[in-house]
Amino acid sequence: MMPIQPVLLWSDLLLWLLLAGALGLGFLSARAAHLRQAWRRLGRGAVAMGAATLLSAFLLVGLLDSLHYRLRLPPAPGQTQAMYGVEVLSLLDGLLSGLRERNEKTYSAPLATRLYAKESRDTPAGVVREYPRLKHGGAHLGEDEAGRDRDVLQRGFAGLVLAFLIWLALAGGLVAHLAWRQGCSHREAWRAIWQGETALAWRGVLPALGGLLLVALPIFFLAGDYHVFGTDKVGQDVLYQVLKSIRTALVIGLVTTLVMLPLAVVLGIVAGYFRGWVDDLIQYVYTVLNSIPGVLLIAAAVLMMQMLIDTHPQWFATAAERADLRLLALCAILGMTSWTGLARLLRGETLKLRELEYIQAARAFGIAPPRIIARHILPNLMHIVVIALVMDFSSLVLTEAVLSYVGIGVDPTMTSFGTMINNARMELGREPVVWWSLAAAFIFMFALVLAANLFADAVRDAFDPRYE
Amino acid sequence: MPSIPDTNDALLTVQGLSLAIRRGRAHTPAVAGLDFSLRAGETLALVGESGCGKSLTAQALMRLLPPAIRVTAGQVRFQGRELLNLPEAAMRELRGRGMGMIFQEPATSLNPVLTVGQQIGEVLVRHLGLQGRAVRERAEALLQQVGIADPARRLDEYPFQLSGGMKQRVMIAMALAGEPSLLIADEPSTALDVTVQSQILDLLQELQARRGMALLLITHDLGVVARMAHRVGVMYAGQLVELASRDAFFQEARHPYSRALFAALPEAVPRGARLQALAGQVPAFAAMPKACRFAERCDRVQSLCREQAPLLTPLAGNPENQVRCHFPGSGSFLAAAAGPGAGSPTFGPALLEVSGLQVHFPIRKGILQRVRGQVRAVDGVSLELAPGRTLALVGESGCGKTTVGKALMQLLPLTAGSVRWQGQALAGQGGKDRSWRRRMQMVFQDPFASLNPRMTVGDILLEGMQALGVVTDAAAGRAASAALLEQVGLQGDSLDRYPHEFSGGQRQRIAIARALAVSPQVLICDEPTSALDVSVQAQILNLLKDLQERLQMAYLFITHNFAVVEYLAHEVAVMYLGRVVERGSTARVLAAPAHPYTEVLLSAVPRLDGRGRPIALAGETPSPAAPPAGCHFHPRCPRAVALCRERYPDLLPLADGRQVACHLPAASAVQLDGEG
Repeated sequence: MMPIQPVLLWSDLLLWLLLAGALGLGFLSARAAHLRQAWRRLGRGAVAMGAATLLSAFLLVGLLDSLHYRLRLPPAPGQTQAMYGVEVLSLLDGLLSGLRERNEKTYSAPLATRLYAKESRDTPAGVVREYPRLKHGGAHLGEDEAGRDRDVLQRGFAGLVLAFLIWLALAGGLVAHLAWRQGCSHREAWRAIWQGETALAWRGVLPALGGLLLVALPIFFLAGDYHVFGTDKVGQDVLYQVLKSIRTALVIGLVTTLVMLPLAVVLGIVAGYFRGWVDDLIQYVYTVLNSIPGVLLIAAAVLMMQMLIDTHPQWFATAAERADLRLLALCAILGMTSWTGLARLLRGETLKLRELEYIQAARAFGIAPPRIIARHILPNLMHIVVIALVMDFSSLVLTEAVLSYVGIGVDPTMTSFGTMINNARMELGREPVVWWSLAAAFIFMFALVLAANLFADAVRDAFDPRYE
Repeated sequence: MPSIPDTNDALLTVQGLSLAIRRGRAHTPAVAGLDFSLRAGETLALVGESGCGKSLTAQALMRLLPPAIRVTAGQVRFQGRELLNLPEAAMRELRGRGMGMIFQEPATSLNPVLTVGQQIGEVLVRHLGLQGRAVRERAEALLQQVGIADPARRLDEYPFQLSGGMKQRVMIAMALAGEPSLLIADEPSTALDVTVQSQILDLLQELQARRGMALLLITHDLGVVARMAHRVGVMYAGQLVELASRDAFFQEARHPYSRALFAALPEAVPRGARLQALAGQVPAFAAMPKACRFAERCDRVQSLCREQAPLLTPLAGNPENQVRCHFPGSGSFLAAAAGPGAGSPTFGPALLEVSGLQVHFPIRKGILQRVRGQVRAVDGVSLELAPGRTLALVGESGCGKTTVGKALMQLLPLTAGSVRWQGQALAGQGGKDRSWRRRMQMVFQDPFASLNPRMTVGDILLEGMQALGVVTDAAAGRAASAALLEQVGLQGDSLDRYPHEFSGGQRQRIAIARALAVSPQVLICDEPTSALDVSVQAQILNLLKDLQERLQMAYLFITHNFAVVEYLAHEVAVMYLGRVVERGSTARVLAAPAHPYTEVLLSAVPRLDGRGRPIALAGETPSPAAPPAGCHFHPRCPRAVALCRERYPDLLPLADGRQVACHLPAASAVQLDGEG
C-alpha cells in the first residue's frame, strides 16, 4: 500500500498547465524562423539571462511547493483500510520538514539562541526573569552559548567555500563543454563567455548562479541548527514562511493573469476595432466597474465566496483544499476587476492602429475582421500586453497584501508575502522592534519582482523587430 | 527676386562645423566640416535629401541639438560672437532675439493649451521686456504683419481654431517677435498646400526685404529654392558638396549629385522621357567612404574619386561658387521648358465608371448622437478609367481626393452614386463577393505606415493572395512573392526580412508589390511619392510607368504634386471641396487651365526657372460641412459675378473634350479651344 496519497489542488493544476502552456508556446514559436531569431536575441542578453536564472530558482521553489500529498497514518489495530492524515503537505514541506517542525514559543531574532521575550522561571534561587533558551535554535551548542559566533562564522564560511567550489565546477564544466563544442582551447572558451560571444549569454547566467549559490549555501548550512531569519509571533521559522510565500505570489501573479488577460485583450481590441455600439457597451461596462471602489468590490465578492465556503464544509476534504479554493477565488475576483486598465489601454492603441495604412490595405483585400485582429492588431499590441502583465504581477502581489490586511485576502492558514508583511506591520510597532519578518519578505519579494521586470523588458525588446 | 544688399561683412560665419552622433563611447561623424557664411538680407538655401544633415546643422546653429549629438569641431560666429562656447544663459538671450526659427510642422510647433496671444507675448516679454498693454498691441501688429485678418480676435484663439496656413503664419510671427537678424526656416512650407505654401513664401520674402533679415532656408524642394534663394548650398551625406549663387546653380549645377537631383525631377524632363533615378542609397554615417562620399552613386566616377576625398574648391572665374568634386560637370541640363507631350485624347472602353459618387460623414451631437449635419467630403464625383491610362486626381488637402480612393476600395461606405465595372454595378455588393477586390487595389501614401512592422515581407505579400484565393499552397505563394519582388526591382531573397530593414523607397516598392499580388487591373495610388525624397520618387515613378506599360493597368493617381501629374497622367481631374471642377487631358489642362481654381493652383507651384507670379488666393478653403452657396469657389474667385453666388455651375464640356464647372471659363482656354 502506498505510504502517501497524492493530492491535486486546483491551483497546482493551473500552475502546471500554465507551465506546460508556456513551454508549448515557446516550442511552437521556435519553429518559425523569425521568432526563433527573437528567442536567440533574448538568449544573448546578459541581463535577461541573469534575471531568468533567478526567476527559475523562484519557479523551482514554487513548483516544488505545488506537488501535494497526504501522509498515511499508522494503521490502528484491526483496521484494514489505509487512513491518511488531514494535513496536505507539499514536496517542499517534505524537504524542509526540519524548518517546518522546529517551532519555538514566540519571537526570536535571526540566528539567536534565546527568545526575544523575557519569561519568569522558577529556579532553586527563586523566580528569575530572563530570556529563555530556544528549543531548537542553537540547541546543539549546549552550554557553550558564547561559541555561537564562531559556529555561525564557520558554517557560513564553509557554505561560501562550498558555493565557490560548486560554482567553479559548474563554470569549468561549461568551459570544457563549450571548448569541446567549438573545438577551441579552454582559454578561448573562457574569454568568449565573458566577451559575450556565446549563443547563450553565459556571462549573465554565471554571475547570477554564483550569487544565488553564495547566498543559498551558507543559509542551507545554518538553517539546520539556527533560525536564519528568526521566528515569528507563534515561533514559526521565517525562512520557511518566506519560501512558502513564493508559491502564493506565483499563483496570484500568474493565475490572475489567466483570468484577466483574455477579458482585457478581447474586449479592448473589439471595442477599439468595431467602434459603434460595441464600443459604447464595453466602455459603459468598464466605466461602471472602475467607478466602484476596487477594494469594496473585491471585499464584497470575497465575503460572498467565504460565506459559500463556510456553509458548505462538506465540499472540502482538507483545510488545504479550502484555502486553495479561496486563493483561486481571489485570483478570479482580482482578474475580473483588474482587466479594465489594460482593456482601456488596448482600446486606445487599437483605435490608432485601425486607421494605419496597413490595416486599410488588409481591408482592401477583403480580409475578415477576426483575421485582421489576429494578424495585424494583436501582434502590434503584444509589447503593451507584456509590459502590463509584469507591472500587474508586482501590483497584484501588493494588492494581495492590502486585502490580507483587511482580512479578505488569502486564507489565514496560507502563508503569503501579504500576510507576512501585514503581520510584520504590527510587529514594527512593538518595542524592541521585530524587523526580520518584514525584511525577509521584502528582500524575497523585491528579488522576485525585479527579476520579473528585467526579464520582461528583455522579452519585449527581443520580440519587437524595431529594436535591434 | 530681390537683389542682395551690398554688404561684405557676414552676419553668420560657419567654419569647419562637424557634428557626431554619440552611441556609447563611439562617435559616428554625422556632419563633416561645414563652411558657409550668410550676410544680412541674404537667403541661403540648404538643399538635400532626408538624412543629409541639414536639419542637424540648423539645430547646431541654435545650439538645440539632441543630447546624442555633439559638436566635435568648428566655429559658428554670429554678429561677431563665437556661439559654440557661449554660456547657456547668453545663448538663451540670443535665441529668438538674434536668430529665430520656424519649424516644419505648424500643427505640433504651437502649444495647444495656450492662446496665440500668450505664445507670442511670451517672446515679447522675454526679449523686448514689454509689459501689459504694450505686449498685446505689439502681438497684434505682428499678426497684422504676417497677414492674418482680424488679428485682435485671433490673439485670443487657440491653435486648434486656426488652419494650417494660419498656424504657420503665427509661427512666423513668433519667430519675428524678437526682431531677429537671422531667421532659420526648416522646411517652412513642406507640410502646407501649394496655394498656402505660395502665400507663406511670399510673406517670408516680403518680411526679409522689409527687415533686412538673413534667411537660412532648409528645404528639399528645388522649386522653392529657385523662388527664394540668393545662394544655394547642396548637402550630401553630411557634407556641403556645392555652394553657388542661385542663377549659376540653376543654369549650370556642377556637382554630379546636384545634377542628379535635377535629372530626377519630373518637371525637369520632357514628358514621356524616363526620369534619371539615382542608383543606390546614401551611405550610412557609420560606413562613410573615406574618399568621395558620392563615388558609389556617381555616373562620372573615376579611380581618383575612390582614393582621395575632394575638397570644396572655388571654381575658376567665380570664386563665390564652390564645388566638392574632382571632375565637376558643366553645361546646362535643364531641359528647355518642355512643351506638353502629345497625350492622345482618345480613350479605350472604360474599365471603371464612377458616377455621382457621394461620401458624406454625419456630424453627430448630443447624448443621443442625433445627426446634426453632414460633412460632404465627396459630393458628386464622376470618373472613368480606361486600361493603360492614368487619371490624376488633384487638389489640396481636404478636397476629398483620398476619400474618393477609399470609397472606391469600399474602405468607406458610399452615400450615393454608382461604381460600374465594365458596365456591371460594383457598389453595394458589400463583403460577400470579394472577387472584385482582385480587380482593384490601392497603394498608400506613407510606406512607413502601410507595412505591418511585425510581419515579414513574404507574409505581407502572401496575405492578399491567400485572402482572395489567388494561391492556395505555401510553396506556390512563396514563388509568386519572390517573382513579385523581382518585378518591382527588389531582391527575391528579401522575403524573410522585416519592413524596418528597408529604406523608404524600397518599402514603397514592397507596398506596390503587395497591390500587384492579386494582379489588379486598376491601381489606386494615394500620394505614393509624397513621403519620399526626389531621387527615390523618380525611381517609384519610373517603376509605375514601366508596370503600366507592361501590364496595361489603369491608375487613379491621387496627388497634389503637379510635376508628377504632368509626368505620369494622361488625364487630370481637379477637385475642390468634394467636387471635380475641371477635367481633361493633362496637356490641355496644364497648358491652359479653364477653371479659375486650376489657374491659381498651377500658378502657385514653385517653378524651377523661378518665373511666373503666383495668383494670390483670398481666404481659406471653406469647411465641407458648410460649403458656400452657389459655386463653392466664388468667395475666393477673382472672376466671380452675381450668377456664381446663386447657382453651382454644371460640369460642361468645352469643345476640346475637357469639362469645366465654371460659369466663366478662362478666355485663353476657350480660345485654345476654338483653335483646336
